[in-house]
Amino acid sequence: MYRIVRKEVLNPQVKLLEIEAPYVARKAEPGQFIILRVDKDGERIPLTIADYDREKGTVTIIFQEVGASTMKLGQLNEGDSLQDFCGPLGVASHFEGVKRAAVIGGGLGTAIAYPQAKKLHNMGVSVDVITGFRNKDLIILEKEMAAVSDRLFVTTDDGSNGTKGFVSDILKKLLEEGAAYDVVIAIGPPIMMKVVCDVTRPYGIKTIVSLNPIMIDGTGMCGGCRVTVGGQTKFACVDGPDFDGHQVDFNELMRRLSMYKDFETASVERHKCRLEGVANG
Amino acid sequence: MANMSLKKVPIPEQDPKVRSRNFDEVALGYTEEMAIEEAKRCLNCKHKPCVSGCPVNVRISEFIALIAEGKFEEAYEKILETNSLPAVCGRVCPQETQCEARCVRAIKGESVAIGRLERFAADWAMKNTKRKYKDIPKNGKKVAIVGSGPAGLSCAGDLIKMGYDVTIFEAFHMPGGVLVYGIPEFRLPKSLVQEEINGLLEQGVEIKTNMVIGKVLTIDELFEEGYSAVFIGSGAGLPVFMRIPGENLNGVYSANEFLTRINLMKAYREDAETPIMRGKLVAVVGGGNVAMDAARSALRLGAEKVYIIYRRSEAEMPARLEEVHHAKEEGIIFKLLTNPVRIIGDEKGWVKGIECIEMELGEPDASGRRRPVPKPGSEHVIDVDTVIMAIGTSPNPLIRSATPDLATNKWGCIEADEETGRTSKEGVFAGGDAVTGAATVILAMGAGKKAAKAIDEYIKSKNV
Repeated sequence: MYRIVRKEVLNPQVKLLEIEAPYVARKAEPGQFIILRVDKDGERIPLTIADYDREKGTVTIIFQEVGASTMKLGQLNEGDSLQDFCGPLGVASHFEGVKRAAVIGGGLGTAIAYPQAKKLHNMGVSVDVITGFRNKDLIILEKEMAAVSDRLFVTTDDGSNGTKGFVSDILKKLLEEGAAYDVVIAIGPPIMMKVVCDVTRPYGIKTIVSLNPIMIDGTGMCGGCRVTVGGQTKFACVDGPDFDGHQVDFNELMRRLSMYKDFETASVERHKCRLEGVANG
Repeated sequence: MANMSLKKVPIPEQDPKVRSRNFDEVALGYTEEMAIEEAKRCLNCKHKPCVSGCPVNVRISEFIALIAEGKFEEAYEKILETNSLPAVCGRVCPQETQCEARCVRAIKGESVAIGRLERFAADWAMKNTKRKYKDIPKNGKKVAIVGSGPAGLSCAGDLIKMGYDVTIFEAFHMPGGVLVYGIPEFRLPKSLVQEEINGLLEQGVEIKTNMVIGKVLTIDELFEEGYSAVFIGSGAGLPVFMRIPGENLNGVYSANEFLTRINLMKAYREDAETPIMRGKLVAVVGGGNVAMDAARSALRLGAEKVYIIYRRSEAEMPARLEEVHHAKEEGIIFKLLTNPVRIIGDEKGWVKGIECIEMELGEPDASGRRRPVPKPGSEHVIDVDTVIMAIGTSPNPLIRSATPDLATNKWGCIEADEETGRTSKEGVFAGGDAVTGAATVILAMGAGKKAAKAIDEYIKSKNV
């Protein structure tokens, strides 16, 4: 069993769990992911690693409650344990030769962008971080990102934090002002990553995206996570999750992500009923 | 007195109409009376050709003689001497090409029903007896096994009996490999696999789940952790696709994904947390056992029509005859000499049809089977909402990419000696589908057994 040693509520929908998993912590690198199960009948949930502490033997995950399984995960508290925690999976991000980087996090993607920014920063790379959220109440990891970046830009869709616009708008402005990056790392909803790639394409800046398609095993076995990259089918779990964003077929990715939407809606309803049943009973 | 009937005692089965809508086991198994009657068909002949047809050399005529005498527990123990998973083998072994193919009774009439009798003995023992194990002195040596499928389990079963400390590393959250994620409940009940695994645990085998070797630990790190030898039985888990247009449409599954969702994640249950598409019109591409499993599972999920699309004729089908027969009984539609050209999607990107071309058989190819050749102009579309690709699997590259000094062949299979499982890397042995590519449960078990013997010899000779 994998014990939860720390829990934080980052915003009403997003929670952080630091979990005891010494084997995973020993090997984890930015860009990799884990698969967990909450309980013995639980679904396998893939989540990208948000942080790790090799000495403490812990791995941190940050997640949004989108379906019944992540809602159940969100109800666990410090001292509770997860049934399963498997990783690190996928290929670690590579940053050799990078001198100037922009790291972009959209919403929950900020949690995954954080270890990347941290690693680059620790390597001595000049890092600009741009994060974007729907409104100011949803902002996460602002302090943490500030500590690992040269410049931090936080923007909101509605302007409620004083800066209005999408992350891609900020990036566009920075590029127009002459910012030169060796690499742009964009992590967030597929549509955001797609738009960021459209912004960097004319500049010819290498743009790395982290994909989160539907998968079961995370070891190359099911093929559910297949994505088209540069016209070829890749498995995000073993070939990624990082890919060259300019080559990714985002439309296909978004379509495949919607495969179980009806099921998810129904399962959330079922789960809520059960929760309310417990509350009333 | 020998029973000279030319036919096997029939095994009771669920009615096809009923079973095609549930996931319960198809074959119900012999009663004691049926088993004794069938056991009496064995002539206990001198040469015992059946034994050499078995990859783990089960003492077939001896256990059958014990069944004939009503000594069921003794019969089970006789099987266990060489086979650590009798309840599994009695169900999923291709006996018709192995032990039963060599049975003297098959010269005239049907062979003795060796598989059914093996299953009977195992089921009887599980129900009526409590396992007991001899106390085996520990020799203080540790062996690591990668993968808890048939190869790993049989290797572990033999090594623990020799006094080794055995640890199995499993990538999934549950041990069993293909026995739990691949083979459906209606052919191999999962409770039974769990029983067999419990037997190993009771003997002291340790199983560490959620451990993806090659990622969380490398083979070299296993040696650093004090293991004297490593056996790799990581299977052939990587699905193969056809590389035709439309394969990434919503509603196209690999058989691996489809079956894993159903078998390991229990997506067939109404209250399951893991979703699955319950297609109404389903095409399964391929002609092996996995294709039959996928087709019959789709039917049980409520499909109205399920097609098997196979590019050769029935004679070339690699699936077991019994599986093809069961599939037909249940109403699976066989589109033979037919090959998909592309999968067609609707405006939202969901599968709505599969375009196929008719084939005819030409000259034999490298596999000795006649090569299918497309018939120009015979393209046609079959309306389906789900397509399942069951055209094979290849070994997972995770271990070989993390172990550069482990030699593999051009198909990605680990190179290992057939008799010992020895690989190019000192102290590392391998067997099962990771070496052969997709094959059978019993061949993997045989390889695990041979490797256990070789590992014992290696550790003793090297004194590592």
